[in-house]
Amino acid sequence: MTATIGPAPVPGPGLTPRVPSVDDSPEGGQVHGPRAGWRLAFTAFIENKLAVAGLGIVLVFLVFCFVGPFFYHGDTTSVTFNSLAPPGSGAPLGTDSNGLDELGLIMVGGRSSLEIGVFSSVIATVIGTLVGAIAGLVGGILDAILMRLVDVLLSIPLLLVILIVSAHYGASVFKLSLMIGIFSWLGSARLVRGEVLSLRVRDFVLAARTMGATRRRLIYKHLIPNSLGVVIVNATFQVADAIVLLAFLGFLGFGLNYPAVDWGDMLSGGLTYLQDGDWWLVYPVGACLVLVVMAFNFIGDAWRDTVDVRLRRR
Amino acid sequence: MTAYIIRRLLTSVVVVIGIALLTFIMIHVVAPSPGRAVLGDKASALAVATFNKANGYDRPVWDQFISYLNQLLHGNLGYSYKLNQSVNALFNENWARSAYLAGISLFLAVLVAIPLGILQAVKRNTFTDQALTGVAFTAYSMPDNFLGLILIAVFALQLHWFPAEASQSESVLRNIIDVHSMFLPIVTLMSTSVAGYSRYMRSSALDALAQDYIRLARAKGLSERSVLRRHLFRNASLAMVTLIGLSIPALLGGDVIEENLFNFHGLGLLFVNELNTEDFPTVIALVLIGGVLTVIGNLIADVALSVADPRIRIA
Repeated sequence: MTATIGPAPVPGPGLTPRVPSVDDSPEGGQVHGPRAGWRLAFTAFIENKLAVAGLGIVLVFLVFCFVGPFFYHGDTTSVTFNSLAPPGSGAPLGTDSNGLDELGLIMVGGRSSLEIGVFSSVIATVIGTLVGAIAGLVGGILDAILMRLVDVLLSIPLLLVILIVSAHYGASVFKLSLMIGIFSWLGSARLVRGEVLSLRVRDFVLAARTMGATRRRLIYKHLIPNSLGVVIVNATFQVADAIVLLAFLGFLGFGLNYPAVDWGDMLSGGLTYLQDGDWWLVYPVGACLVLVVMAFNFIGDAWRDTVDVRLRRR
Repeated sequence: MTAYIIRRLLTSVVVVIGIALLTFIMIHVVAPSPGRAVLGDKASALAVATFNKANGYDRPVWDQFISYLNQLLHGNLGYSYKLNQSVNALFNENWARSAYLAGISLFLAVLVAIPLGILQAVKRNTFTDQALTGVAFTAYSMPDNFLGLILIAVFALQLHWFPAEASQSESVLRNIIDVHSMFLPIVTLMSTSVAGYSRYMRSSALDALAQDYIRLARAKGLSERSVLRRHLFRNASLAMVTLIGLSIPALLGGDVIEENLFNFHGLGLLFVNELNTEDFPTVIALVLIGGVLTVIGNLIADVALSVADPRIRIA
């Protein structure tokens, strides 16, 4: 193996070395190298119509929320229209109680919702994977302590804790992502720990260990790449959960601080305005929220089916 | 069996102490100086320091934690300086309404989800199954607050079938009798649970359907009805017990949303109101209660499961 300078490339589906096929082994078993496994998973994923629909919805919203504001003003500070104007009168989706354009707000709000969803999921997944891998590998007292910590955090209603932290520290995209991430790594930690516990007695890990692989190499080269499937499934659901959580925070008045907007925040005035018949302040943004959450749930579900793990979805 | 319960009980005690430690840390991080909160921004630093000293807030942290635990063990949840009431009094005023809303929603959700999941499993991949899956997915992806808003818009504002507000009576008994105004909050809170539970029930029933005992039951000529009722239902429902235990935090969270949306005077509304006035001792005490309830719920679920399922007792 040639020496490489700098950090080793992250082991991903494309970088995993191809191992010789053992299809022609005496047992004739359907064993595939990691690369074939990932390719198979990808094919199965693409064949799932709901997954493709989910992927499509996410892509549409990414373009809508991130590219849209370049072509359409997503201004959340300057008032350009009459307040509470119905759709069509200059603003395609009407205006809110401050005279801000609703379509522009949905774009900007969606951007922060997606950002927080993805960032918090990444943070949670990184923490969860590391904690799970360490707990599973080291075992003993450290494992017991970490898992009791997971039990403690799992018992506490997440929404309430995030509400308190958000009320005390204020809310920005960065802060909320961090807060949600820090409190929602528990699921992936449990999953990775479970995977590691079952993986570490498997032959290829034993072989690597016999060849003198360091613990560090075992974690980064074998255990993490092999539990990646489970982790990705969980991370996808995490995005959906974080977006819903953000919708709750905004709804209760503890979402992003002005002038930033999020979808939950936009829904919060909904009841008052529905009574006045101002439906455009509630349904479009609510529909976007449901579509995005559903899309991530579809993708997660399809991934779970393809990587075929018995994940427990709450 | 007894050994299992004792071990499970000990773990729960450890977790409860962990929760108390976490809430203690939270209080210290978000409200480090109670004197400032009580006496207000205009109080002199000396007055604040005197108050903190008089009430023991200047002692070492571990010492304060011990007395915090001691207070909790004596059932003292703390004191709300903003409302000038003990948290216990606030809790006693409000808990029954929240327990009613969350409890009946959970009960109805289970009652609907189990047959729904079994129906989907039995008719898997038919139109019925796919239609129900579609509905479940939509409901599952719908945040409680948006679903509640739609229901209010349609059934309260358009059709005038139900009031937009939950029962406002002080007496819990009146709340229970007033089904008319409790209908929308209950339906909203149970819907998202039904969606999740029925999905889970479906896969659990699918697993059970593939088992030998179902084939045996059919082979010995039992009617399909009694195969489903006596064999499938009983085995597949076991998985629900654990799931219900696990879903308590989400249920409590949903309860907070519903109570605020429908203006129902329970712990969830209290939580958000007190959070708005930065009454941290009260809100953190509510977090503690939520955590302890979850631990108790999980403990009951695990013990109930081990009683119901002999396979777990042996393992």
